[in-house]
Amino acid sequence: MIADLVIPPGLVLIAAGFLLPFVKGQARSTIIVAAPLVALALVWGLPDGPVLTLSYLGYELTPVKADAISRLFATVFTLMTAIGGLYALRQDRVMELTAAFVYAGSAVGVVFAGDLLTVFIFWEVMAVASTLIIWSSTQPGAAKSAQRYAIVHLLGGVVLMAGIAGEIATTGNLTFTAMEANSLPRWLILAGFLINAGAPPFSAWLPDAYPEASWSGMVFLSAFTTKTAVYVLIRGFPGEEILVYVGLYMVFYGIVYAILENDMRRILAYTIVNQMGFTMVGIGIGTELALNGAAALAFSHIIYKALLLMSAGAVLYQTGKRKCTDLGGLFRTMPITTICGIIGALSLSAFPLTSGFISKSMVSQAAADENLMIVYLLLAAASSGVFLYAGIKFPWFVFFQKDSGLRPPEPPQNMRIAMYIMAALSIGLGIFPQLLYALLPFNVDYVPYKASKVIFQLQLLLFSGLAFFLLLGMLKRTLTITLDFDWFWRGLGRAIAREFDTTTTRAWGRTVDRTTRAAVRFVTALYKHHGPDGILAQTWPTGSMALWMTLFLAAFLIASFF
Amino acid sequence: MEHLPALQVVVPLLGAVFAALVRRGGPAWIISLGVSWAMPVIAFALLFQVQATGTISYELGGWAPPIGIEYRVDIVNAYMLVLVSIMAALVITYAPRSLASEIDEDKLGWTYSLYLLCLTGLLGILITGDAFNVFVFLEISSLATYGLIAMGRDRRAVLSAYQYLIVGTIGASFYVIGVGLLFVMTGTLNLVDIAQRLPQIEHTRSVAAALAFITVGISLKLALFPLHAWLPNAYTYAPSAISAFLASTATKVAIYLLLRFFYTVFGGAYVFSEIPVTVVLLVLSVAAMFGASIVAVFQSNLKRLLAYSSVAQVGYITLGIALANQTGLTGGIAHLFNHALIKGALFLAVGCIVYRIGGAKIEDLAGIGRKMPWTMAAFVIAGLGLIGVPGTAGFVSKWYLVAGALENGWWWLAFLIVISSLIAVVYVGRIVEIAWFREPSKTVIEGRAPPAEMIAVTWVLTAATVYFGLDADLTAGLAQRAAEVLAAGIEPGTLVPGVGQ
Repeated sequence: MIADLVIPPGLVLIAAGFLLPFVKGQARSTIIVAAPLVALALVWGLPDGPVLTLSYLGYELTPVKADAISRLFATVFTLMTAIGGLYALRQDRVMELTAAFVYAGSAVGVVFAGDLLTVFIFWEVMAVASTLIIWSSTQPGAAKSAQRYAIVHLLGGVVLMAGIAGEIATTGNLTFTAMEANSLPRWLILAGFLINAGAPPFSAWLPDAYPEASWSGMVFLSAFTTKTAVYVLIRGFPGEEILVYVGLYMVFYGIVYAILENDMRRILAYTIVNQMGFTMVGIGIGTELALNGAAALAFSHIIYKALLLMSAGAVLYQTGKRKCTDLGGLFRTMPITTICGIIGALSLSAFPLTSGFISKSMVSQAAADENLMIVYLLLAAASSGVFLYAGIKFPWFVFFQKDSGLRPPEPPQNMRIAMYIMAALSIGLGIFPQLLYALLPFNVDYVPYKASKVIFQLQLLLFSGLAFFLLLGMLKRTLTITLDFDWFWRGLGRAIAREFDTTTTRAWGRTVDRTTRAAVRFVTALYKHHGPDGILAQTWPTGSMALWMTLFLAAFLIASFF
Repeated sequence: MEHLPALQVVVPLLGAVFAALVRRGGPAWIISLGVSWAMPVIAFALLFQVQATGTISYELGGWAPPIGIEYRVDIVNAYMLVLVSIMAALVITYAPRSLASEIDEDKLGWTYSLYLLCLTGLLGILITGDAFNVFVFLEISSLATYGLIAMGRDRRAVLSAYQYLIVGTIGASFYVIGVGLLFVMTGTLNLVDIAQRLPQIEHTRSVAAALAFITVGISLKLALFPLHAWLPNAYTYAPSAISAFLASTATKVAIYLLLRFFYTVFGGAYVFSEIPVTVVLLVLSVAAMFGASIVAVFQSNLKRLLAYSSVAQVGYITLGIALANQTGLTGGIAHLFNHALIKGALFLAVGCIVYRIGGAKIEDLAGIGRKMPWTMAAFVIAGLGLIGVPGTAGFVSKWYLVAGALENGWWWLAFLIVISSLIAVVYVGRIVEIAWFREPSKTVIEGRAPPAEMIAVTWVLTAATVYFGLDADLTAGLAQRAAEVLAAGIEPGTLVPGVGQ
């Protein structure tokens, strides 16, 4: 009997989420940590293949269908929910936690969805729940941000729905399997997926919205939306060449804007786009190694980005400040948070012995194996860029640099424990990559720790870091060199970035101007006829109503007589 | 048991008389409540009977049709009877304190009486199988409606009711002229009888003229664009509970009548192939979907906004009829049911708002979500249903409409359906923004909380919106069977259903 009973793991999380407002204190804490673990156990209890089918609108749906990829993603999602929940125990806005659990549950729902309709339904629930997370934040820009976020995701949902409806209408098949983008509906599906992945031209929704979430909200947000997009792209469009170019754009977009940014959490948001770019490239290459790499990178990225955001969240929680220029010197009183932040930053930069290295190097290797030399070199260049502009910038400006005079204590114990676990996972997976490789969809005969690879990566990182550390030595001695260094750090990098930024901004600005003017004209015209005083919205005189009826009748009679 | 069809109409009629006799609001409400809740019981009994044994034919007063009046219940009107009677019962449960706050005390008894009279008319239209009897019930429900609208305290309510009376009467006259033409041509008023005799004479101009008169007459009642102009004012100035009742039943019954005439009486083959109904209906439906939705975006009164949205939603339903295939028709009928739930929930939520702040001006709603979280949460969920977000009932019916459009190979139409739904995102989103994202205004803070039964009933409908979005088998399944029964007439050469059985 028990064997026949299938409980979708996602539903456990959603149900737990709705339970949270009704319990308090110890009971709530227990649910927050235990429900995701129950879901995790259920994930591993699911046998392969379709385990649940039901009919809806005359279609056979497969809401739960398990295999290696879905189990991989569901594992990290449930794990993330448990640890993120532990981190967020002191979040007194219950709505955020409820929304986070519904959000996580529907993300798990997407990865177990065996058909397109189920994917779509959970996709939309995710959009609504994540909007609520942003909206429940007390950050000043949260409400407006949540609206913009909702609009982008509703648009994505409409595109996706149009695609899915078209796909079902043209092929009659709603199973969610690998597709090629060779028809309009499939292009629409791909576009809908890509909007959630943070692909151009909609990359901006992510750094716009996420930093406005609360200190705990952004930890959840970073984990699910983009990663489910990675999952559906691995499942639906492996080897779609355009993803390589989309990915490369995202990689550099993330770096360029991370340079310009001053808000610590927005820097991290840009690096999400950047890291998603790496996975897109992997999916676009489409070989077994590349797909393994994309999946592994998504897995480890959830962990180390959560670690980084927990560290940043702890700072925000204790100081209430987000801007790099307001922070600095926090290592004195927050050593644990500092070390955790550094571990996260090293993972982000793919330092050997971290989870970032064992996964990101797979993507690079796959590019090399396919003789995509330019892609390989661009990724290598981007790796050092990430290190310089995000991997060092975040810990340096927040925890070291000038002394801001702030002396916040370490965050409460539950937040510290959550950070310990994430840091341990980050390093543990880096030392024992087989643990992660065993979960990957394809067999792995890839060995990350070959002398040549380790040396290459260390050279790359140390070379870019070397300049930094040499200059750091001088920095201590004289102030002028600090300025020099500052110029190198901010000036040169910024100059290049600014140039790129101004050209794109100018072109973008013109397009926006033109569209805005056209839109204003359009709405004015609409308003003229449809506005409260327009002909369509006025109260018509009774006579004109009667006239319309007569006209209608006359037209009808004439049409039917001839 | 065998007299159930008659009881369905007679009980509310007697109830109306008693309510008028007691005059006072309280006892009149008790009578209305009892009567209204008896209606769904009868309707469900009829539905189960139809599902078990097939079409029920009831001879009123023992006179055999076609001379006597026949009450005829098949799956289509059994489904409609359930819908209308449940909506009536829910609204009356919700109504007492809402009406008491919006209507002068000495008029309350009359209001309940008119409410039951209106219900009598609507149920009568649904159940009768006689063309002239339809007219009688149409007049009963319409006259009661005029009275109900005029109950609103705003002076414009009387004007709106008067205007609706004039055009409504023209519409009813058109209908009765059409029926007259049919009577002259066939010599009978029984709908099934007419259907049987029409094929021999269907190429005459009199029959074409009859179809034209009946279509235009009913189109006015169902507020087909551009014959919708009476509706926005009527819904805006009527008391909120009455708006909710009318929005979820009156136009729906008119649509049923159109379906009945198109498919059962004239036959789909005749209507859709001989006469350019498809094109006309299609163009007007799309015009309603866009025109009325855009007007709704710019409205400054929430009830008026919902009224224009109703005109747009009627467009989706008539679009399903115009598609003239079974999937589209299923979508239309399902949307008829779903829109009744959704718009009912929305108007009831507005009733709660009016109870609190004494009006429905959108600018007064600033921050009301913080003070009335339950009401506004229901509004948001029902609003999502209006947009057609998956997991709500609105999605199911729009899905069928899109599928029906694709079945005809009309990609552009599928596209238009989706685009027009986006306009609903704008007008619902606007309310959400004002109600939830702004600081509460003084009126909002000082208002009184609506009573529990108002919120509870609003939530019953809201929950139904979600339930029927998740479990689509019930509504879509019933709609599909109803569409099968009706659409059997589309294929040329097949017999009109109900004939010869």
